[in-house]
Amino acid sequence: MTGTASRLAVAAAHAVAEQPGLTYNPLFIYGSSGLGKTHLIGAIGNLVQQRQPQLAVEYVTLEDFVEQLHAAIAANEAERFKQRYGRVDVLLLDDMQFLTGRRETQAELLRLLNALQGTGRQVVMTSDRPPSEIPDVDERLITRLSGGLIVDVGAPDYETRIAILRAKCDERGMRFQTGVLDELAKLDFHNIRELQGALNKLIATQALGGDQIRAEQVPGMFGGAPPPPRASVQVRASRAISRPVLDFQSFVSDIESSIAKHVDPWKIKVAEAVAYWNGEGYRTMQLERILQNAGPKADFEAALREYFAAVERLRALEGAATAIDPALGANDVFRDPERLADAEALANRAFSGATPPPGPSAAFARAEFEVSASNQLAVRAADAVIEEPGKKYNPLFIHGPSGVGKTHLANAIGNEIIDLSGGASVVACVSAQQFMDELIAAMQDGSVDRWRTRYRSADALVIDDVQFVAGKERTQEELFHVFNALHSEGKQLVFASDRPPRQLDGLEERLRSRFEGGLVVEMQAPDRALREKLYAHYLNEVETPDRDALIAYLADRGATSVREVIGIVNRLIAAADIAGMPLLLSVAKTELDSTTPAPHAPEARVADGYFLDDEKIVWHLPDVAGRLIEEPR
Amino acid sequence: MSLVNYQTREITCKIVYYGPGRSGKTTNLHYIYSQVPQDRKGKMVSLATQTDRTLFFDFLPLDLGTISGFTTRFQLYTVPGQVYYQATRKLVLQGADGVVFVADSQARQLQENIESFQDLHQNLSEQSVDPRSIPLVIQYNTQDLPRELILTTAELSDAINFRSVPDYSGDALHGPGVFETLRGISEIVLKRLSTPSSAR
Repeated sequence: MTGTASRLAVAAAHAVAEQPGLTYNPLFIYGSSGLGKTHLIGAIGNLVQQRQPQLAVEYVTLEDFVEQLHAAIAANEAERFKQRYGRVDVLLLDDMQFLTGRRETQAELLRLLNALQGTGRQVVMTSDRPPSEIPDVDERLITRLSGGLIVDVGAPDYETRIAILRAKCDERGMRFQTGVLDELAKLDFHNIRELQGALNKLIATQALGGDQIRAEQVPGMFGGAPPPPRASVQVRASRAISRPVLDFQSFVSDIESSIAKHVDPWKIKVAEAVAYWNGEGYRTMQLERILQNAGPKADFEAALREYFAAVERLRALEGAATAIDPALGANDVFRDPERLADAEALANRAFSGATPPPGPSAAFARAEFEVSASNQLAVRAADAVIEEPGKKYNPLFIHGPSGVGKTHLANAIGNEIIDLSGGASVVACVSAQQFMDELIAAMQDGSVDRWRTRYRSADALVIDDVQFVAGKERTQEELFHVFNALHSEGKQLVFASDRPPRQLDGLEERLRSRFEGGLVVEMQAPDRALREKLYAHYLNEVETPDRDALIAYLADRGATSVREVIGIVNRLIAAADIAGMPLLLSVAKTELDSTTPAPHAPEARVADGYFLDDEKIVWHLPDVAGRLIEEPR
Repeated sequence: MSLVNYQTREITCKIVYYGPGRSGKTTNLHYIYSQVPQDRKGKMVSLATQTDRTLFFDFLPLDLGTISGFTTRFQLYTVPGQVYYQATRKLVLQGADGVVFVADSQARQLQENIESFQDLHQNLSEQSVDPRSIPLVIQYNTQDLPRELILTTAELSDAINFRSVPDYSGDALHGPGVFETLRGISEIVLKRLSTPSSAR
């Protein structure tokens, strides 16, 4: 039940519960006994737990706190005590007035408050008086208690008392004659507890006595004297010197009801919005103008809605813009709803200025990739990755000698992932060298955050020639973080290297273990079957009368890499051109045999046919991740 | 001076106690001050001569705490009653939200009351404040004196209160009437909260 006297406290409590640690820290609620302070701070705790169940909320009265502290000291476990409270996210401390004279507790509390506030944890406290009036408390502690927001919970006004009484009656299923509750509310009870006690008395009297209580009986039941006449402006005082002297307290409560009557509720609403959004860091000039103009109040709700909508939009823009460049978060335009247009413009600039990470080269298509025993393992793995990115082999680490098609395959994976997602996926595809160059450039112009975000926002990351990161500490550091960020979100990572992770000297252990955590496959130099396919592929468009014989001859010759195959084809075409005749087998033989004997591919390495046999390979290793043991960092 | 500030959530009322010398304006403030609970007490500022007559003015800030979410402060001023402090009276009267006219009930002081009341009207007019619209109440003070020395409130009302503003009998020395008067003026002042157009 929020009355005018507690509205500020409730608003502050709300703000704190919504964003613990961010708005008013510490929040200090004071008010005399029985006005609902404990209720309020309990409500903060409940709301926080409801909203953010992961936060540790601790409610403790100061008495209990003192007792726990003493017990901890007695048991020689003071350190444990400190640690326990140091871990609390939202600390609710009730009845702070008992701090008086407890030096030990004050010192401990001072240390605790420093620790909690230093790490942005929320502290809420209640007391029956403001911090400055709690006697015998260390000055340093007082300043800390007062450092956030101090609000008081006042005695409920007449209307609130009526509302409370009605709610309580409904709760109890009790009905009184008209006027009874109003009479009761008029009596001078200092707090809700007393009021409730009085209501209980009424309920009991009516329930036990059986008679309906009449309104005029009520004052008599509580202290006898009828309440002094209130709030009548025109007290024409004739010779009334003998009547009871109006004291300060009843003067104040008269003024209270007078103010409550005369302040404009809509202005309070607008002012509350101003206070709230100011607290959130937003500019509120347009609302303040409404207040000042005191103009037609009919449209204030529309104005508020408009304002909220603008703030919502600003938040969305800020969120989107900071995702691109965290440095934009501090920009003032995101705090001023009147400059929404500027904010839009700024966000748009950020969007357009933000280059997506470099993607895979479109020149490499999976369909053009020729498969044979020497690379089928890698290709099968790549196909599995394309089919379900991030699910099966993550990361996929492809290694093999230069020119066997690692770059082609890696890029092809990227292209396929993009195609299969209908172009929605963002695949970052870079060589390690480029990755490092970009990092250095970003470090130079101070945009490392933005650079990092670019990669972290990708749906898949392909890094070619990853052997280059070996020995580069900062690049490895960044790669490590990008790896973790993407991997934890189930995004696919593909690496290509000229040797397996284990043989990469200067590669940090934490990266190596991560590279090996998925699947490490080797691509070998093309075997004869692959060479045949490759020559057939590259000679496809060349005029040659004896194609089959030529391909067979070339395939027999061997080649260590696809690149060499392409080189040979080009050389033959050039030779045939010079000779002015079609590419005959004889031309090829003259050209190739007359020069250096072609280096023969070590066929033996490829010959590990048993292992590469399609049917003997376990393609789906269940639960690999579960059996991997990470090195302790 | 803005009476109510919705942004800072403050209500500030400036109330001036006006009246002839020795009518008990400062006594009113002293009584109020004595009744304020310790935790609400501001500092009462009094500038007085050696003979204890108000030379300059009294100022009593009255912090009523948070009311309806508003930090409510009353600033109570007195003017020096003696005729020759005209300049000070004008100064204090500036920006007043309401005026309490404290009259001396003694029969022999009636003329002084009337003159001071006229003086009030004149000073308000000079500050282009309409004396008929500014919140005003009258307190007939020193009603504790022996009957034979004083006029009744009815007689005083006939003599002074020709505009029929709320009036109160008072005994500022002992308390009766003091808070009634303050409440009376406060409520008229606060009433103007809801009709901002009439406020300056």
